[in-house]
Amino acid sequence: MYQITCPHCGPRAQTEFTYERTTDSIVDPAAEPQTAMQALYTRANPMGLDDEIWRHTYGCRAWMVLTRHRVTHEIHAVKAIGPEALP
Amino acid sequence: MKTPYSAFSLLRGALNGQKHWEPAWRDPEPKASYDVIIIGGGGHGLATAYYLAKVHGIRNVAVLEKSWIGGGNVGRNTTLVRSNYRLPQLHNFFEFGLKLWHNLSDDLNYNVMFSPRGAMFLGHNDGDMIKLAERGDAMRCDGIDAELLTPKQIAKIEPLLDLSRNARFPIDGALIQWRAGTARHDAVAWGYARAADALGVDIIQKCEVTGFVKDGNRITGVETTRGRILAARTGICVAGHSGHVAGLAGLRLPIESQTLQALVTEGVKPMVQSVVMSQSLHFYVSQSDKGGIVMGGDPDNWPSYARRGQPTIKEHAIAQAVTVMPALSRLRMLRTWSGVTDMSFDGSPIIGPSPIDGLYLNAGWCYGGFKATPASGWTYAHTLATGKPHELNAPFSLERFMTGATIDETSVGPFPNHR
Repeated sequence: MYQITCPHCGPRAQTEFTYERTTDSIVDPAAEPQTAMQALYTRANPMGLDDEIWRHTYGCRAWMVLTRHRVTHEIHAVKAIGPEALP
Repeated sequence: MKTPYSAFSLLRGALNGQKHWEPAWRDPEPKASYDVIIIGGGGHGLATAYYLAKVHGIRNVAVLEKSWIGGGNVGRNTTLVRSNYRLPQLHNFFEFGLKLWHNLSDDLNYNVMFSPRGAMFLGHNDGDMIKLAERGDAMRCDGIDAELLTPKQIAKIEPLLDLSRNARFPIDGALIQWRAGTARHDAVAWGYARAADALGVDIIQKCEVTGFVKDGNRITGVETTRGRILAARTGICVAGHSGHVAGLAGLRLPIESQTLQALVTEGVKPMVQSVVMSQSLHFYVSQSDKGGIVMGGDPDNWPSYARRGQPTIKEHAIAQAVTVMPALSRLRMLRTWSGVTDMSFDGSPIIGPSPIDGLYLNAGWCYGGFKATPASGWTYAHTLATGKPHELNAPFSLERFMTGATIDETSVGPFPNHR
């Protein structure tokens, strides 16, 4: 378990947050079926850094992007995002 | 030829101080090329190699393992073996495996301690019972055993369950599969390794694949920490690391890797007779032959390759198990551990050819891989030997996500969070 620094609330326990999906898997409603399928069903799933959308579900409920390492769990950056980035 | 394990060889050893035993498998140097390379020396990889050699006569096979045999998910699971799925593609696949399980110790000449003690799903309300009955009916239509139990019948099998009506999660009934049970996971890895090795398969440990040798759209071998090894066909069989290894070949899979945790208590006298699971809650409890109560629950629902989980998830599973079987609260936890699971986007595995020639996939087992070991090995060996899927793994193609023919037992949709 670790802490995530919410852009609005500051450092909070990770259990207050939920993971949604990676930023490259947002499905564009106008995308071609092949591209939409790729976004909906596949992931890069790297053993390293990835940009992930998390939500402070049991806090301020805001969405954010975490650049997080999948092996060390180290969080390199947290960025607030607006409603336009919602999946 | 290796000395077969038998009562006779044990008696013979008694006369010479048991000095005649040999290592269970060789430690060969990798050759320059093989007919088939299997990446990953877990249960599935070793079973694949064994059936390639035994059923298809392909013995020029290498199994490449980055660490040691039995150190990955085959040694980290909760050892449950069952075929009680509702969807026919799944229960027919796992039932084929269950039949192999029943004869596995004899087949491998290695005691895998398979113990068909029964596995039950508890139902806590009308909705649960309807779903369990539906699942049992679906199984029986395909000739698989399933029996609905009343609370009275459950009490005879598991007297320590809280069967009172004012329980936090009242138990209305259960669906039991009597032919399901547990096996000793290490023995499964060792047994398959020994049997495959005896048929000529090279098991190469401490050999990590770092890249693929490509010729156009064809994979012709792998780069490893022990040099380049060529092969006509290469099979990925790396469980939680499927996304990583497929990524080395430029593939993006419908898989996200997550941590799954399990724990075991101190050893006690027999108190859990069967495998107890729940339709509504998410925990599973069984007792190992050593006496420890083995428990597990949900995966940590975010991506990780770390092999360490957060305590809150464990606490959640323990709380549910203790609520349903209060006597468990008296036990002390002995060990906890985690494994990396390859959570697929419909909860079902992927076994078959990949979009790249010469490269095959066996992945996406979520947290149900152990029970599948013999069936996965059998069908993957068929696929690697013939280039085509076996009828049992044909539904589990990679293309199903594009065509919409997903096999979604829990109807969760396109998320890697299937139970």
